[in-house]
Amino acid sequence: MRIKKYIPGGRTLVIGIPYTWLALFFMVPFALVAKISFSEAQIAIPPYSDVFRYVDETLTVVLNLGNYLFLTGDDLYIAAYWGSVQIAFISTLLCLLLGYPMAYAMARADDKLKTVLLLLVLLPSWTSFLIRIYAWIGILKNNGLINNLLMGLGVIDDPIIMLNTNFAVYVGIVYAYLPFMVLPLYANLVKLDGSLLEASSDLGARPWKTFLTITLPLSKAGIIAGSMLVFIPVVGEFVIPELLGGPETLMIGKVLWQEFFNNRDWPIAAALAIVMLALLSVPIAWFHHYQSKEMEGAA
Amino acid sequence: MRKLSFSSVMLWCGLVFLYLPMLILVIYSFNESRLVTVWAGFSTKWYGELFEDPQLMSAVWMSLRIAFGSACMAVILGTIAAFVMVRFRRFPGKTAFSSMMTAPLVMPDVITGLSLLLLFVAMAQMIGWPADRGFLTIWIAHTTFCMAYVAVVVSSRLREMDISVEEAAMDLGATPLKTFFLITIPIIAPALVAGWLLAFTLSLDDLVIASFVSGPGSTTLPMVVFSSVRLGVTPKINALATLIILTVSIVAFIAWYMAHRSEKRQRTMASNAGE
Repeated sequence: MRIKKYIPGGRTLVIGIPYTWLALFFMVPFALVAKISFSEAQIAIPPYSDVFRYVDETLTVVLNLGNYLFLTGDDLYIAAYWGSVQIAFISTLLCLLLGYPMAYAMARADDKLKTVLLLLVLLPSWTSFLIRIYAWIGILKNNGLINNLLMGLGVIDDPIIMLNTNFAVYVGIVYAYLPFMVLPLYANLVKLDGSLLEASSDLGARPWKTFLTITLPLSKAGIIAGSMLVFIPVVGEFVIPELLGGPETLMIGKVLWQEFFNNRDWPIAAALAIVMLALLSVPIAWFHHYQSKEMEGAA
Repeated sequence: MRKLSFSSVMLWCGLVFLYLPMLILVIYSFNESRLVTVWAGFSTKWYGELFEDPQLMSAVWMSLRIAFGSACMAVILGTIAAFVMVRFRRFPGKTAFSSMMTAPLVMPDVITGLSLLLLFVAMAQMIGWPADRGFLTIWIAHTTFCMAYVAVVVSSRLREMDISVEEAAMDLGATPLKTFFLITIPIIAPALVAGWLLAFTLSLDDLVIASFVSGPGSTTLPMVVFSSVRLGVTPKINALATLIILTVSIVAFIAWYMAHRSEKRQRTMASNAGE
C-alpha cells in the first residue's frame, strides 16, 4: 500500500495540470532567454554559443557579458528604452484622461443601457487590431481624410504631416488600448456604493469635491489595473510604431524585432528582452498584487 | 431632458473615436478606385478579389484552425486554473502559480514570442521535438497567453457562484469530479462561452507571437495583412475588414440578444414567483 502515497491525489492533479503547462511554456522560456543573453552570436543553427560546456568531467560556464556591455555602450538602445517608457507613460495618461469619464458615465447609466455601452466599447477590440491600426493610415496620411477635409475647407494650404510621427503613434496606441483602460475602471466604478456619494452631497460637498475625495480614492484599484494593462504592453509595442511611427519613434519592441529578424542577432535580442523585463518587473509586480487580490475576491 | 454631464459627453466622444475609423473602412471597401482617399463610385469588386486570393484564403483557414484549437485548450486549462485559484485556499507554490496566471495578461508580445521561440529551438535541439515550427507551436503559444484571460473571466464567475450548491451535491454523495461536471460547469457555462470567444479573438488577432513561433510555410492571417499593409495600401484589406466587422457585430448582437432574453425571462419568472 505504500505505493499509493506516490500516486498524486485528485487535488494535486488538478493543481498540477495548469501548473506544469505554465511552468513549461511560461517560466522556463524566461530562464532560456536569460541564458542566451549571456551567449555569443555565431553563424550556426541555432545562432548562439553554448553557455554551459561539459568536457572531461569539468563543467565550464562561459558567461559573455558582451551583449549587456554592448547595450549600455550604444546610445540607440538607451534612447529606445527611454523612448518606450516615455511613450507608454504619456499614452497611459491620455487613456486615463479619456477612459475615466467614459467608464464613469457607463457606470452611472441605466441598467439596460449599461450592457449596450459595454458591448459598444468591447466590440472594436474583437475586430482585428491590425486592420484598425491600418484604418488610421488612411486617415492620417498626407493625402488622407483629415488633410483632404481641411484642404477642401480651405483651412490649410499644405497637408499637415501626421503619419510617421509620434503624434500618429499616440493616436494609434490610445485608440487600440482605450478598452483596456475603460473595462477595469468600469468594473470598479459600477461597484461603487451610491449612498456614499449621496451622503457626501447631503453633507454639503460640491460634485467636484465628492469626486476628488470619494470616487477617485475608491477607484484606485481600477486606475492601477487599467494603467498597468496599458503601460506594460505598450512599452514592448511593435505593430503601432512600425506602421504609424517614423524615424523619430524609437521604441524597444521595434528594436528587438529588428535585432532578431533583420540582424539575426539572437543573444542581443535576448539581452534586450531581459533588460526590458527588469524594467517592467516593478509595474508587473504591482499589477499582480492588485489582480490577485481581485481574483481572490478580497478587493 | 437630462442635463448633459461632462462624463457622458466624453463617453460619446470616445465612442465616435472608436467607431469612426471602422466606419471609414467599411465605406471605402465599396470604392471602385484603387486609391483609398478618392471616391470613384460604388463597387463590390474588392470582395471578389479577396476571395480569389489563394494566399489570403489559406491564411484565413490556418488562423481559424489555430484560434479554434487554442481557444478550446485555453478554456480547459484556464478553467482548471481559475478553479484552483478560487477554491483552493492554500497550497505550496500558490504565489508562483498566481504570478504565472496574471503575468501573461500584461507581458509585452515581443518578450513572450521571443522566449517561446527560444524554448522551442532549445527543445528541438535537446529532444528533437518540435521538429519544425508551425501549427503546433503557434497553438501552444496562443493557448499559453489566452488561458490567463480565460482564468480572469471564469474566476470572477466562480467567485459569484453560490458554493452551497456544490456542497449540497457532495453531501448527497457525488464525487468532487461528478460535482464539478454536473453542478459547477453548467452554472459557470456563460463564463466559459465568454472566455472561449475572448481566447478565439485574441488568437485570431495575434501577429507578434505567431511571427516568432511560426516556421516558413505557416502563415496566419495577421501576418499576411501586416506584410500587405507594409507594402502599400490595398483596398482588399478594406473588404476583409468589413467582413470581420460584420461577423463580429452579428455574433455580438446574437450574444447580447440571448443574454437580454434570458435576463427578461428570469425577471418575469421572479415576478411571477413573487405574486
